[in-house]
Amino acid sequence: MMLKPFFVCVYVIWLRELRKFLRERSRLVAMLGQPLLYLLIMGQGLRAIFTIDVPGFDYLSFMYPGIIGMTILFTAMFASVSIIWDREFGVLKEVLVAPVPRSAIAVGKALGGSTTAVLQGTILLILAPFVGISLSLVAVLQLIPLMFLLAFAITSLGTLVAARTETMEGFHMIMNFIIMPLFMLSGAFFPIGSAPDWMQPLMKANPVAYGVDAFRNIFFAGSPALDFMVYYPLSYDVLVLAVFSSITVLLGMQAFRKVD
Amino acid sequence: MKWDEGRALIKVQNLTKTYKSTVAVRDISFSVSSGEFFGFLGPNGAGKTTTIKILATLLRPTSGTVILNGYDVVRQAADVRRSIGMVFQDPSLDDRLTAVENMELHGMLYGMPRRLMKDEINMLLELVDLSDRQNDLVRSFSGGMKRRLEIARGLLHQPSVLFLDEPTVGLDPQTRNHIWEYISEVRTSRGATVFLTTHYMEEAEGCHRVGIVDHGRLVALDTPNALKRAVGKDVLTIRTSDPATAVTVIQRELNINPDLDGETITLSGLDDGEALLVRLVATVPGITAIGVPKPTLEDVFLKLTGRDIRDEPASAVERMRTRHRSVSRRGRH
Repeated sequence: MMLKPFFVCVYVIWLRELRKFLRERSRLVAMLGQPLLYLLIMGQGLRAIFTIDVPGFDYLSFMYPGIIGMTILFTAMFASVSIIWDREFGVLKEVLVAPVPRSAIAVGKALGGSTTAVLQGTILLILAPFVGISLSLVAVLQLIPLMFLLAFAITSLGTLVAARTETMEGFHMIMNFIIMPLFMLSGAFFPIGSAPDWMQPLMKANPVAYGVDAFRNIFFAGSPALDFMVYYPLSYDVLVLAVFSSITVLLGMQAFRKVD
Repeated sequence: MKWDEGRALIKVQNLTKTYKSTVAVRDISFSVSSGEFFGFLGPNGAGKTTTIKILATLLRPTSGTVILNGYDVVRQAADVRRSIGMVFQDPSLDDRLTAVENMELHGMLYGMPRRLMKDEINMLLELVDLSDRQNDLVRSFSGGMKRRLEIARGLLHQPSVLFLDEPTVGLDPQTRNHIWEYISEVRTSRGATVFLTTHYMEEAEGCHRVGIVDHGRLVALDTPNALKRAVGKDVLTIRTSDPATAVTVIQRELNINPDLDGETITLSGLDDGEALLVRLVATVPGITAIGVPKPTLEDVFLKLTGRDIRDEPASAVERMRTRHRSVSRRGRH
């Protein structure tokens, strides 16, 4: 394996993603619109009926980590499926014809998408006080690597799918059959424990659910409602996400070796 | 400009590429010398792009070998990639980055030392007249500017050969001429070997040697002049004050049967048109104009394939590409 060209290629692709993201501030603002709508309308609307006799429980603050998970899911997935777009319009060809290992494209894309997703997620943390959560600096510093882990799992998955998808029509398939189910089954709106039996295995197979669960572990660390809010211990969430991303990123690298 | 005929930079032997049911490239063999300006001419779908993709390690050949700069395109792909610069048929720039950023990312991918990269970027942007736009986003560039930037980028890592796959497709004629000036400038100032594919006859005219490709086969390969000589004999046209008399004089004195079309008399199938010129002027009274139309590569193509290159309907890929271009112009998300 050519180690130096590998890392150079990862860095170049990461840098490209980041520059474009920072250049398009309008996208940054646009991406904030959707989570705000969810929090303001869905969150406020459901808050009144979703009351439960658990001390310290509030629906809006329960949903908030889920909305951060959603933002990361969407940003990360869009960033990685942009490969399809790149391939369609040739940008990727420039990398394919360069003396760098193609597998590095998968890693570079995943890291680039993760970085932008984390930036997006971090911005959302500003909203914490408005949903009744007070965040310490330590909590923020714990959340950032967790957001990165979730984002990396998603971008790796997205890159893997994109490597095998050749057209923009394929992109719409991804939207309908991957992103939306991942979002709805993430436990953002309702806890895994209270879902019907048939749905629980689906949620447990969803990497996003572990990300959201990890966030809740941090957000509600001192809350009396912690046991109701989270489903798994933090270490278990981290382990599942780490294993999931390692496998998908390796499969993605493998898929890119074969791209024409 | 003469090229070094001794050193074969690209050696292609019995190259074949088959897809499930179609043969895209059929047993092609040729070589390209260092410093040569080599052209592949043929209609859309003839196998030009497939060949160039195999040479550039983007596709694997079904059979046959390709040695480029001493490296095998299948077994030593990384070395081959370092040896080539590529300008793709479709734009491959990142239009949300600036011209310099596109260049820098390229230089980094090829592992160029920082200093050398900076100097080369300045020099190449100067060469293609983009220095004053170097910090502008590529999305604001015209089609011709994008092409120029791609050519500069393809040369950045100092490749031994520059591939240009239909470099002027989709550009208006004026821009096309401009691009040609830049390509020839680049060739002379950098001494680069250039491998070109095109379906425009006039573009192939400037090449040292032209390979004519049709249905995946290399049907002819020679200098443009030799190809034209092989096609046909010379043709002369003359105009005189009295065409009818001139025709009888030509028939009687020169033993040639000319065609009379309005005012113009055409003498075709001549063995040596230039030599005949002198006798023609001496024998035929009242000549007002003489034309010596040379056969074009168009005639060569017609003769070799029995078809006019321009008759080819656009392939499905070509149509899709045009559609995509218009989509990308509308702007991305």
